[in-house]
Amino acid sequence: MTEQLQNIINMFQYDFMVRAIIGGILVSLCAALLGVSLVLKRYSMIGDGLSHVGFGSLAIAASLNLVSPLEFAMPVVVISAFFLLRLSSNSKIKGDAAIALVSTSALAIGITVATMTKSMDSDINSYLFGSILSMSERDMWFSIVLSVIVLALFVVFYNKIFAVTFDENFAKATGTRAGIYNMIIAMLTALTIVVGMKMMGSLLISSLIIFPAITSMRVCKRFITVMISSALVSVVCFFIGLTISYLYSTPVGASIVIVNLAALIIFSAFGGIINFAGKKN
Amino acid sequence: MKLIECENVSFSYENTEVVKNLNFQLNDGDYLCIVGENGSGKSTLIKGLLGLKQTSGGRIIRCEGLKAKGTGYLPQQTPAQKDFPASVFEVVLSGRLNSRGFRPFYSKQDKDTANENIKRLGIEELKNQSYRDLSGGQQQRVLLARALCASKQLLLLDEPVTGLDPIITDEMYRLIDDLNKNEKITIIMVSHDIGSSVKYASHILHLNYENSFYGTKEEYLKSPVGKRFLGSQET
Repeated sequence: MTEQLQNIINMFQYDFMVRAIIGGILVSLCAALLGVSLVLKRYSMIGDGLSHVGFGSLAIAASLNLVSPLEFAMPVVVISAFFLLRLSSNSKIKGDAAIALVSTSALAIGITVATMTKSMDSDINSYLFGSILSMSERDMWFSIVLSVIVLALFVVFYNKIFAVTFDENFAKATGTRAGIYNMIIAMLTALTIVVGMKMMGSLLISSLIIFPAITSMRVCKRFITVMISSALVSVVCFFIGLTISYLYSTPVGASIVIVNLAALIIFSAFGGIINFAGKKN
Repeated sequence: MKLIECENVSFSYENTEVVKNLNFQLNDGDYLCIVGENGSGKSTLIKGLLGLKQTSGGRIIRCEGLKAKGTGYLPQQTPAQKDFPASVFEVVLSGRLNSRGFRPFYSKQDKDTANENIKRLGIEELKNQSYRDLSGGQQQRVLLARALCASKQLLLLDEPVTGLDPIITDEMYRLIDDLNKNEKITIIMVSHDIGSSVKYASHILHLNYENSFYGTKEEYLKSPVGKRFLGSQET
C-alpha cells in the first residue's frame, strides 16, 4: 500500500505527467460543463462527430508535415462544429444521420491520408486511442486559457445558458439570442475536443462530454447541481483513470472511460435507491 | 387599445405558402383562439407573432408598449424537456430573463415576481421539486408561471392542453380564463379543442390558407365555416 502511494507521489516527478495532469484536468472540466448543455439539448453526438473530424484534420496536417497540426485542426473542427449545429437544427437529413455521415467520412479520409504517408504509421494508434505522452507544454497552456474562458462563460452567462438549454424557443421569443450561445458552446466544444483528443484518443474523447452529465443527472435534480457535480465527477474520474494508467500501464483514454463507466453505475444505483426511498415515504 | 395587427400577412414553409393574406387585429383584453386543421399554419403563425419567423408577405404591427415588455409564451413541450433536471423555481425564474438585458444575474425583484406567479398558479408546494418529477398538468402550470414572469400583457399559448387528462384540461382552461377575465391579460391560444375554444374565447381565427375566418365567437358560430367545423368535431 505504501509502495503504491509512493508510486503515485512519484507520478508528479515527471514533467510529462504534470503536464498530462494539469491539461487533462482542465480539459475534463471544460468538457463536463459544455457536456451538460449538449447532452440536455440532445446534441451529444456532435461531440462524437467533431472528434472524428479532428482525427481527419490531424492526419492531414501530419501528412503535410505541418509544424503544428493542432493549429491546423482547430479551425477545421470549429467550422465543422458550426456546420453540424446547423445540420442538427434545420435540415432535411435528420441530425443524427447527418452527424454519422460527417464523422465516418472524416475518419475515412483521415485513415486513407494517414496510411498513404508512411511516416505516420505508428501515430495512427495514438491518434485513435490516445497517449499519455502527448500533452505538450503548448497544449497545456492552451487548456489553461480555454478553461478560464469556459469557466467565465458559465459563471457570467449561467442564467442565459440555462434558459437556452431548457427551452430555446421561449428564450428566443423573450429576446435572448439563443443562436449566439449555441455557437459559442459549439465552438468551445470543438476547441476542447481538439486539445483533449491527443491524450484521450479521438474515438474516446466524446466520453468526457457525455459521461459526467449523464452520471450527474442520475442523482441531481437541479441544473446548478448537475453542473457542479459533472465538473467534479469528470475531474475525479480523470485523475483516477490517469493514475491507474500510470500504475498499471493501461491505455490512458480507455482507463478514464472505464472509470467514468464505473461512476455512472454507482450513481445510477444511488439514484435508484433515492427514488425508491422517496416513493416509500 | 390595439395590441397586434396583421396586414395581408403570408407565411411560407419550405417554399410552400401555408398562410396567405391574413388580416386581423387584436385588442387589449381579447381572448383569441386560433383553430384550423393540421398543417393550416397555426404554429407557424404563432412563431411569426413571436418574431421567430419572418413573414413572406404583408406585415405584423405591434404596439409600442408590447415590444418593450415582450410576450409570455407557452410553447409545446419538447421530449428533451420532460426529463430536464431543473427545480420549478429555476424554470419559473428563467421567464424574467428578458427583463435582464446584459445584466447577468437575477435581482431580488425578479425572484419576488417568480414567487408571486408560483403562488398565483397554486404550485407553491412544488417550488423546490424537480421539473422532471412533475405530472404533465403540473409541468404546464410551471411553464404558464414562467410565461407570466415574461409578460403581464400578452400570453401566447401553443396547444396548452395537449396530453392532459380531461379534469386537468378543464382546470387549465379555467386558469387561463381567470387570467384573461380577472388579470386582464390578453390571450392568444392555438387549440385543437374547438368546443372549449368557443366556450372561452372572445374571438376566433380559423386558419384556412387564403380563406381564413376572423371574427368574434358569435360571428364564428353563425358562419358556414364555423358550423361545419363544429359539426365535424361533434360527430
